[in-house]
Formats: sequence, C-alpha cells, structure tokens
Amino acid sequence: MDILYLLIPIAIILAGLAIWGFFWSVNSGQYDDLESPAHSILFDDDEHLIPDDAKVGKRNSNDNDK
Amino acid sequence: MHQDILTGQGDQACFHCGLDIPPASQYYSIIGGQSRQMCCPGCQAVATTIAEGGLENYYKHRTADAQSPNFADQAVTEELLCELKLYDQASVQKAFVTATAEGEKQAALVIEGITCAACVWLLEHHIKSLDGVRKISVNLTNHRAQLSWDDSIISLSQILTSIYHIGYRGHPYHPDKEEQLLEQETRKATRRLGIAGIFTMQVMMLAIALYAGETQGLEDHLATFIRWASFVLATPVVFYSARPFFEAALRDLKTRHLTMDLPVSIAVGSAYLASIWATVTASGEVYYDSVTMFTFFLLIGRFLEMKARHRTGRAGNSLLNLLPASAVILTNGEEQLIPANDLNIDDHVLVKPGHIIPADGTITQGNSSIDESALTGEYLPLSKSTGDTVVGGTINVENPIIVKVTQVGAATQLSAIVRLLDRAHEEKPKVARIADQMAGYFVTAVLITAATVGLSWWVIAPEHAFWITLSVLVVTCPCALSLATPTALTAATGSLRQGGLLITRGHVLESLSRATHIVFDKTGTLTEGNLSLQHTHTLANLSQDECLNIAAALELHSEHPIAKAFHQHAMQAGIRPAEELNNHVGQGLEGLVAGKRYFIGKPNFASRQSACLLSFADAPDNTGQWLLLSSETENIAWFGLNDPARKQARSTVQQLQQQGLKIQMLTGDSSAAVEHIAASLGIKEVISGVSPEQKLQHIQGLQKDGARVIMVGDGINDIPVLAGAQTSIAMGSATDLAKTNADAVLISGDLLRLPQALNLSRKTQSIIRQNMSWAIIYNLIALPLAATGMIAPYMAAIGMSASSLVVVGNALRLSKLGRVNRVESP
Repeated sequence: MDILYLLIPIAIILAGLAIWGFFWSVNSGQYDDLESPAHSILFDDDEHLIPDDAKVGKRNSNDNDK
Repeated sequence: MHQDILTGQGDQACFHCGLDIPPASQYYSIIGGQSRQMCCPGCQAVATTIAEGGLENYYKHRTADAQSPNFADQAVTEELLCELKLYDQASVQKAFVTATAEGEKQAALVIEGITCAACVWLLEHHIKSLDGVRKISVNLTNHRAQLSWDDSIISLSQILTSIYHIGYRGHPYHPDKEEQLLEQETRKATRRLGIAGIFTMQVMMLAIALYAGETQGLEDHLATFIRWASFVLATPVVFYSARPFFEAALRDLKTRHLTMDLPVSIAVGSAYLASIWATVTASGEVYYDSVTMFTFFLLIGRFLEMKARHRTGRAGNSLLNLLPASAVILTNGEEQLIPANDLNIDDHVLVKPGHIIPADGTITQGNSSIDESALTGEYLPLSKSTGDTVVGGTINVENPIIVKVTQVGAATQLSAIVRLLDRAHEEKPKVARIADQMAGYFVTAVLITAATVGLSWWVIAPEHAFWITLSVLVVTCPCALSLATPTALTAATGSLRQGGLLITRGHVLESLSRATHIVFDKTGTLTEGNLSLQHTHTLANLSQDECLNIAAALELHSEHPIAKAFHQHAMQAGIRPAEELNNHVGQGLEGLVAGKRYFIGKPNFASRQSACLLSFADAPDNTGQWLLLSSETENIAWFGLNDPARKQARSTVQQLQQQGLKIQMLTGDSSAAVEHIAASLGIKEVISGVSPEQKLQHIQGLQKDGARVIMVGDGINDIPVLAGAQTSIAMGSATDLAKTNADAVLISGDLLRLPQALNLSRKTQSIIRQNMSWAIIYNLIALPLAATGMIAPYMAAIGMSASSLVVVGNALRLSKLGRVNRVESP
C-alpha cells in the first residue's frame, strides 16, 4: 500500500493542474455564456460535408460557401 | 408557387419576423427553394441577404421569430452609412477599440435583435464569412459580441453595415463601472464554485478510503498521511471558496445583526479547526469531507441566485442606448456629422424628424412636436417652437429643428435622473427579514447551548469536552435550518418565473407578503401605453368605414402617436397614402384623397373651411382625445382616441383590494384621462401631474408613516421611485434602465400575476415558518442527545439528511402555481 505515498501527491498535483486550467478558462471568458453553446451543438451546419449519395431525402438547398 | 401563397393571404404570418402580412403585400423571398411571403421590404431584404449568404439553416434552427427589422428600410440610406462611418474615425474608436499587433483591431459590440440561439449562429457565420474578419463570438446571455478584424482589409463601418443587412443592430459597447463589477462578481463566483467542486471530489475520495479503513483495517501511518492529504485539499476550499461566508459573518458581528452566515461560518470554521487538531495530534475524527461538501452545496445555491439577479441586467449600457451616438452640427451653415460626446455648449445641432435629441438645449429655429414619453410618461408629444427648451434623450416627431445646446454630459436632465436614482438607492429602507430574525435567535441559542455544554463537560470530564461540544455544533449544523428558507424561496421564485414574474432580489417574496400599499404608475402600466381608436362618430352621409379610410390615408406616413392609431386600419384595408400632404404642426394634416381635399386634426383647425366651425366643446364627450375630419365643405366625423386600460387591470385592482391592500395611482400625466381611468378601474387615491422627484417624495412619505409599499412602473421617470420603494416591479415593456433597477420584472405584462404572486408569497412565508419549526423541533430532540454524548456520528448524519429531506419536500409544494383567477371585468 506504500504506493499511496506516490499516488496521492500525484492526484493532488493533477487537481492543481485542473484548477489552473479552470481559472484560465474562466478568465478568458469561456464561462460567460452558458446558454448558446448548448444549442449550437445541435445546429447541423455540416451539410456540405455529407457526400451527396449519403444524404437522406432530397434537398435542393445549400451549397455552403465555406 | 406565388399563386398558392397569394390565395392563402391574410391569415399568413411573415416568414421572417412572424408578424401578420398585410393583404396588399407583394414581398417574397426564396428560402430553401420555396417562395416565402414577407410582411415588408425590410424583412424581404434581410431574408434575401441571409439566403444569399448560404445561411438558410438559420430558419431551421431558430426557436423564436426574428425581430421585425423596421429599421432595415433605412439600412440602405446614405444617412445611416454616414452615421456608421463615424465609427471609423480614430477619435471615436479610441473609446472602445483596442489595436493589437499587425494592424488587427478588437472591439466589443452590443447587438440588438437577438431572440434565440440561432441568431448567434447566424451572426457568427455571416460576419466570419466577411473578408478581413479574424474572429467573432457572440454571447447569447448578454447580447455582446467580441470582434477582431484586420483594419487594412475591412473597416468597422462595413462590418456594422453587414450586421444591419441581416436584421440586427450593432453598437459599440462601453462597459460602465457597475457592469464591470457585475462581470467580476460572476467570474469570482464561478471560480469559487469550481474550486469547491473539484476539491470536494478529491476529499470525498480520500474520505471513502478513511471510512473503509475503519472497518477493513488501515495502517496508522497511511491513515495519518491521508488525513494530511485531505487537509491540503480542503484548505483552499475553506480559505478561498468559503470566504464570502466568513466575510458576511464578520459583517454580521459588527452590525449586530445575525444571519445564517454566522452559523455556517462557525460550522465550517470549527469543523475545519477540529479536523486540523485531529490531524496534528492523530486523534479523534476528521470532518474535511463535510466541510467541503457543505461549502460546495451552499455555493451552488448562491450562484443560482446571483445568476437570476443578473439576468435582467443583460441589455448592456442602457443609458448609452437612450442618447444617440452622433449629432448633426451646423457650423457656418454647413452640416457636419460628429460624435454626440464631442458636443459643446452653444453648438447648433440639426435634429431631423424621428431622431433623438442629443443633448439638452433650446430651439433656435423651427417648430415641431417632441415625444417626451421616456422622461415624463406623457404619451402625447408636446408642441414646441422657437425658444422652448428640449431635453436630451427625447424624440423629435414632426419637423426638422435646430437646437442650441445648453447642457452636455453629466449636467443633462437624463444624468440628473440617474443621480436621483443613486440617492434613492442609498435611502432605500432595509427590509427586516423574518427568516434572518429567526436565524438570529436560533444562532444565539445554539451558541449559548454549545458554550454551556462545553463548560459542563469541562467540569465533569475535561478529556471529552472538546469533542462533545463539537458534536453539538455538528448535530445542530444548520443544514435543515439553512435549507428551510432557500428551498422555499427557490421553489416559489421558479414557479413565479414560469408565470411571467421574474424575481431579481432575494427579499421580494418576503416583502410582497407583508406589503400594505401598492402604487401603480398609469401610462404603460395600468394602460397599454399607446393611443388606439375607441369611437367613430359620423357627422355626414358616410359610413364609419369610409370615414376611417379617408383618415387612414391622411395619417399613413406620419409617425405621430395619434397617426399610429390609424395605421392598423390602413394596413388591414390596404390604404394608399393621400396626395399633396401638408403638415400643420400642433394642428393637424391636410391632403387630397380621391381628388378631394380633407383636413384632420384639432376641431378648430379641421373645420375652419367647412360650413360650421366646431371646437373641442362640441366633441361627443370630454374623455380622451378627439380628432375631427372635415372636407372643404362639411364636417365628416369625430374620432375618439384613448390610451385604454389593460384588459386585466380592473380585476387585478379588485383582487388586490380583496387581499387587503391600499391601491394608489401615481402619474406624471395631468390630463382628464387620469380621472377617467382611475374611476373605471375603481382606484380612489390618485396623485397626478407629479415629477419624478415628487413621486419619490410621495413614496418615501408613505414609507415613513410605516407603510410597506410595492411600486409598479415602467418609464425612465419611474426609475427613482422604483429604486426608492421597498418592493418595485417593472413591466416587461419597461426601459432597460427601469428593469435593472426593479426588484422584480413582470415579463408577460399580465397584471393578474400580481395578486397571484402576492398569494404565493404569503404561502411561501407560511411554508418557511413550517420548515423552521420542523428544523427547530429536530434540533431540540437531537441537541440533548448530542450534549449527553449519546449520538454516534452516523446517527447524526442520518438524522440530518432525513430532516433536510422533509424540509425540501415541503418547499417543493410551492412549485405548483395556482390558477389565475380570471374574472373578466365588465
């Protein structure tokens, strides 16, 4: 069980790293908007990435210009 | 395809903004391969731009209709382009643009017109596709955009113009001090929550090892090591995350007003210190897990409360929106567009119809009517001519005027109102809170008991004294007690929000339940806030509809509030505007309809060419506003206009009276309409024609006499009084500044929610009292057991959880909102 003497300090260091990352993300404004990212994941703006023969149903929309 | 849609017209809504499509509308746009009908050229232009940019998916993703881009008519005008060009000038940019390396610039914008997450998607994709834009991120919560672009490829005005083209409005964002503080507060709270969360998990893992070790055997040196590790992890939580509790507790001690923060601090602090003692001496129990978890859960509650409080303050720099960013200055007869901030006293400024007056001043040339509703609540524009004073922030309605600036910046009337607001905030009476009082007594009782117990054990058996005193504090750990109030408040706040009343300050539910007076503003609160056509009395041989058609044709292009009352009819009937229109300021309009000359306006103006001269005295009655329509030979019709009371106003007043409240009406309006509205609603106490300052004095007078006042209002002129009242509620249509300063916002505008909220607040108070009693009974039973040393830690834990569950379950009964009592008034 002596391995705990190594593992627990490592766990503490990792937790410290997590805190550092968390502070960085808060300070760079990533937590300012907690609403829109939840929605934006659901917007399928990837239609131009789907090969034509794999599309379900026919849609005559959208050649996204990006 | 066009034909299909044409036949179904009338009951169709605009594909872009969701407004009704006027029957005569001929606006289409191809979206997703189908022709869609639009209500106006503005929507058409916006929808076409969106479709051409390949961003049609916006219409699939959105969950709310777009805002009607009325302003998009102007989007192409030279004038707007000129105004946006202003933002390219270095002197203007220095206020809000920062230059980063290699010609790249950064700015924060406030975007108006965002209705749902798809708007964010649309804006980001559209702006990102522009050449030279490096980065844009739009925040859905506070409607702000962070933009960085390459100034050598694209100018800021071009970016702003393209934002206009897809139906939004972008302004530069200057954060004021208060907003910067809010942002800092949010970030600090997020960091505290994060620290508590991450370290709580770590400490819990170690705690499990310790618990398991007790039954399965753990070597002593390992147990000691794990305790030290827990100590390291728990320390930041106590000193960083739990800091607000300690600070508040210290403040409580100084002000001798005990709140729940004190027992929370004592529990956290003493358990932490005891654990350190146990760790150092390798004896007794450690409570690091309880310390961190308790802090974490309390912080979650505080965080959610803070979020709700900030929600209303999202619209950005409200005052900035009220004053225009630019002004047309006249130097030696030449027009020049300059930033409004650069105006000096004695400058001459040209204000065109429909524009906002940039600063306080006097009119030196021209006459027009000025809409001062934002400042005074008076919904009819006032006629002003040469020599009269005008106030910055009000709107010029009819004719171009030249204004000599007399006050700028902090000396303007608008700033004066803001100062009044600050003062009102300071003088706002503190609401004594029942929960806090009870907590205060309870805390004192616990402290005295713990001290007595500790002392007794010190005399009887000194070696047990410390641990038993601690277990007394832990058993009485104010879990149930500190949950009693917040859970009830959270449940009630949640259900009120679903009903359309957003509560933004913690004391509202309590002060609502104890209110004795409720004071309403008139315009926009008890009434709809705009004129509408109430009666048509024909005088000649024409039907009501024919009279209306003529009047609507004359008024079609006017933006005067009186004219707007006719616009709905004009849209429905597809009226074409009159020809040879002539506007007589403060009098009325004349013009040709179907080849015949008509006059509409004040009776002695409209009837001066007809056979019989009429005046206001001849109007059918003396309530509201009467307009006369005449031809060159005869008088044709009277139109009665009024600002009607909201539909639910009367039954709201009745219900509130039944609940035992005294109802007053407090209004800046001094016309005859005040008495009329008050009588029809059954309000007996009316104070009319008062300034914002007098309103505040009135409320403060009431409060000095021991009344507990709820103020309901909406305009800029109501802001000081909203801030000065014990409880203030702003209407959902209110100005942003009013909303941020109110304790609650009636989002739905449904007045019947008020009596309902009052009922719920009273119920909340009784549930809080039940919860408190339960928590105290539990403690009275557990305390003697703990004091005699008969409670094992696990028994205390089970008891504490059970009592907490009872409290939470009881509070959840509040989450069901009763039905609205909708008795339609006659």
